[in-house]
Amino acid sequence: MKARVTVTLKSGILDPQGKAIEGALKSLGVDGVASVRQGKVFDIELSGSDKAKAEAALKDAADKLLANTVIENYRVEVLS
Amino acid sequence: MKSAVLVFPGINRERDMARALKLASGHQAAMVWHAETSLPKGTDLVVVPGGFSYGDYLRCGAIAARAPVMDAVRAFAADGGLVLGVCNGFQILCEAGLLPGVLMRNARLKFICRDVHMRVERSDTAFTRGYNAGQIIRVPVAHGEGNYEADEETLKRLEGEGRVLYRYCSPQGVVDEPANINGAAHSIAGIVNERGNVLGMMPHPENHVEDIMGCTDGRGLFAGLVAHLEHAA
Repeated sequence: MKARVTVTLKSGILDPQGKAIEGALKSLGVDGVASVRQGKVFDIELSGSDKAKAEAALKDAADKLLANTVIENYRVEVLS
Repeated sequence: MKSAVLVFPGINRERDMARALKLASGHQAAMVWHAETSLPKGTDLVVVPGGFSYGDYLRCGAIAARAPVMDAVRAFAADGGLVLGVCNGFQILCEAGLLPGVLMRNARLKFICRDVHMRVERSDTAFTRGYNAGQIIRVPVAHGEGNYEADEETLKRLEGEGRVLYRYCSPQGVVDEPANINGAAHSIAGIVNERGNVLGMMPHPENHVEDIMGCTDGRGLFAGLVAHLEHAA
């Protein structure tokens, strides 16, 4: 099974990297960029075929390591 | 004072730290590998040194914070043992849940490697008794992610309980925006946990302990710890 965990900064958390990327996009002349927040994507391959079990394991992984829930939110998707 | 210095792959300040500890206490610190599950018997102080554990992969300190030895450190701290985290060590202690909050990318995005000034906020703690309250000390920093952040409630508690022990300031002791090198909330350079036995700080006191280093302002922290333990014994 393929899965994806997306980790993003919570709203209200200052994101200097996102700000720098936003500035770079604006200076490149990319139209219509209002703001940028950056984050992380983890593509994970899982053994087994139980979707519910996989989701539980991924949540466990995100809570324990992939995200720092003080400042980050995460989203878990089992893709196939 | 018997110290244990934790060693993770990618840590690079452990020998500076051991040297400073030896100088202050006369005892050679034990170097404890991250895969250990216990600390040496009779350890008085655990130090999580600076560096770039695991190459700062994922988040600074995130992987080191989950190493086997950290369970022993958690138990040691829960028992009232003294724990000091410097730079990457501060990041590791936050990630391990031993201190609240998080160290984010420096507000001006640059890696900062230079001397800074800090105001010692109080002198009645294990980690500051070698200084006077309000004393200004000069200590080096070397970090890209030292911008301390926590939610409003946590910051309020830290301030209300007097748990901010070190704050960035100008050479004259003024705490203001220009002196706040990395944009940390409330100019925080170092905090303690609720019980007061776990300190995390971004600057490197271990690098200002000998005349040859050009400054000895860092000595007070180590001398204070030695005095605290002698007093407690």
